[in-house]
Amino acid sequence: MTALLRAEAITKRFGPTLALDALDLEIGQGEFFALLGGSGSGKSTLLRIIAGFETPDSGRLLLDGTDIAATPPWARPVNMMFQSYALFPHMTVADNVAYGLRRAGVKKAEAASRIAAALAMVGLAGFERRRPHQLSGGQKQRVALARSLVMRPRLLLLDEPLGALDAGLRERTGFELRALQRETGAAFVMVTHDQEEALALADRVALLDGGRIAQVGPPREIYERPASRFVARFLGAANVLEGRAAQDRFDCPDAGISCAGAIPADTVAIALRPERIRIAAAGEGPNTARGIVQDVAFRGDDSLVLVDLGGGATLRVAHPEEGGPPPDRGADVTLCWEAADVVPLPS
Amino acid sequence: MRNRLAVLLPAWAWLLIFVAAPAGILGAIALAEADPGVPPFRLAWSTAGFAMLVADDYYLGAFLTALRIAAMTAGLCLAIAYPMAMGIARARPDRRLLLLALLMLPFWTGFLLRVGAWIGLLRDEGWINGLLQGLGITDAPLPMLYTEGAMLVGMVHAYLPFAVLPLFAAMLRLDPTLLEAAADLGARPAVAFATVTLPATAPAAAAAFLLVFIPAAGEFVIPELMGPSEANLVGRVLWQEFFQNRDWPVAAALAVSLLVLLLVPIRLFQRLEARP
Repeated sequence: MTALLRAEAITKRFGPTLALDALDLEIGQGEFFALLGGSGSGKSTLLRIIAGFETPDSGRLLLDGTDIAATPPWARPVNMMFQSYALFPHMTVADNVAYGLRRAGVKKAEAASRIAAALAMVGLAGFERRRPHQLSGGQKQRVALARSLVMRPRLLLLDEPLGALDAGLRERTGFELRALQRETGAAFVMVTHDQEEALALADRVALLDGGRIAQVGPPREIYERPASRFVARFLGAANVLEGRAAQDRFDCPDAGISCAGAIPADTVAIALRPERIRIAAAGEGPNTARGIVQDVAFRGDDSLVLVDLGGGATLRVAHPEEGGPPPDRGADVTLCWEAADVVPLPS
Repeated sequence: MRNRLAVLLPAWAWLLIFVAAPAGILGAIALAEADPGVPPFRLAWSTAGFAMLVADDYYLGAFLTALRIAAMTAGLCLAIAYPMAMGIARARPDRRLLLLALLMLPFWTGFLLRVGAWIGLLRDEGWINGLLQGLGITDAPLPMLYTEGAMLVGMVHAYLPFAVLPLFAAMLRLDPTLLEAAADLGARPAVAFATVTLPATAPAAAAAFLLVFIPAAGEFVIPELMGPSEANLVGRVLWQEFFQNRDWPVAAALAVSLLVLLLVPIRLFQRLEARP
């Protein structure tokens, strides 16, 4: 992977708030990259710095090896799709898409064919004369995409691209975004607070926390192997159990359980995914636990079972439908899991 | 129904006494015949007053001058109001109120006092000439007062807030991400202003123009006190006809004509305001 964009020790403060704390990041050519994080994590600030709307206090931002940290937004070969779409209300769809080409001085004939191609690509051929207020939310989003893509950016920034769409439209639009990204070969950098969206769409995900990157990697890797308690909790709400590492063992005194497996000595907690825990008839020893069913929630393809282990510890267990009916509330159950499913967390 | 009437009655009474009745009297005088007695007219159905306005180029000239000066005043107000409105709208919310208060501050002083202050600044023995001569930049007073420029300065100063307020409201409604989108697509700030801010605020700019133009077209005090003696704006000519020539029918005909003429921009303004 050759790096298209490289952020080196980017720091940004807003008054007393540290929005980005010496952040390093590399985004490859033609990569679909997601910046994931909660509000205040710095993900939007980073996107705005890449677009040029904010200047970092320190650090370098290299695009193809050239530092663009001080380049104004109108001179950057980077385009952005705004969360609110920011379509120009006084212009038609065609004029909106033509806006960037006019600024770049593209000849009329070439501009016309590029506009037609961009609108066809997002499935809006025939909408040229409409105005933004005559479009649905999904159509506005497509115009915004076409307006950015017509510039043929090497790097397209997407600020919560699916955030303003209905649930039904999100999945379809997500697949379309990926298809567009493959078709154009541009690198897409998406900001989102929704981990499902990030995991489903991106080639790589960076999870931000307090202006730093908590973990970066392919979706499966950061989902399966979270590097910290924060990552484990943020992604898919894993069970995080505090305790002490011993030789090839991890003891959680609160929950009264002990996990056997390859546990490094610096482990401070373990993560256990709800779907990796099984409800068994009986069992004892390491990698098992006993508890009382606190509540059961039906979720369609599985049921979420909350099991009280005593001592204030609760495990979330995903009980699949094919595993038979879930236990009743108040039932005394035994839980077990494989040693390989225990994820040691060093921080 | 009765309650409605009780609420509306004072308003209708006010309009009847202070708008409809004076307009009726004005119309009657405009159609009366001039008479050297007291009052200086005799009620009649005469169009002599209006005929005079058409016959003598002097009156047409007065209208054209007034419209030209009003248009220049409104244009200058717009040019100054745009950056002011933009600055206030972009200021921190807690500063906006202060800036708006500063904008309205001149209204705390009487209108005539403000004109008087301008005269003190601009006249031959005034502050500006005193400073220029004191510093040795000029050795004779620059004639500034009683020029068209002085008149425009006075008018712009008097009417500027009327232009700033509607533009400020429009700028506040303008989504700042539109300007970011323009910049992102390659527009420098000046281009973004011309292609996004200006079109998006055009209705407000037209409203601001008319809000200045309408009162400025009939302005009397500033041309009289600061303008050149040959600047015969319709407001001044009206005054002359009324108080110096004591030709009330011609004065009233002038007033009625000005009113009718200004109905056009007033109607335009209402249509702009009614737009969604």
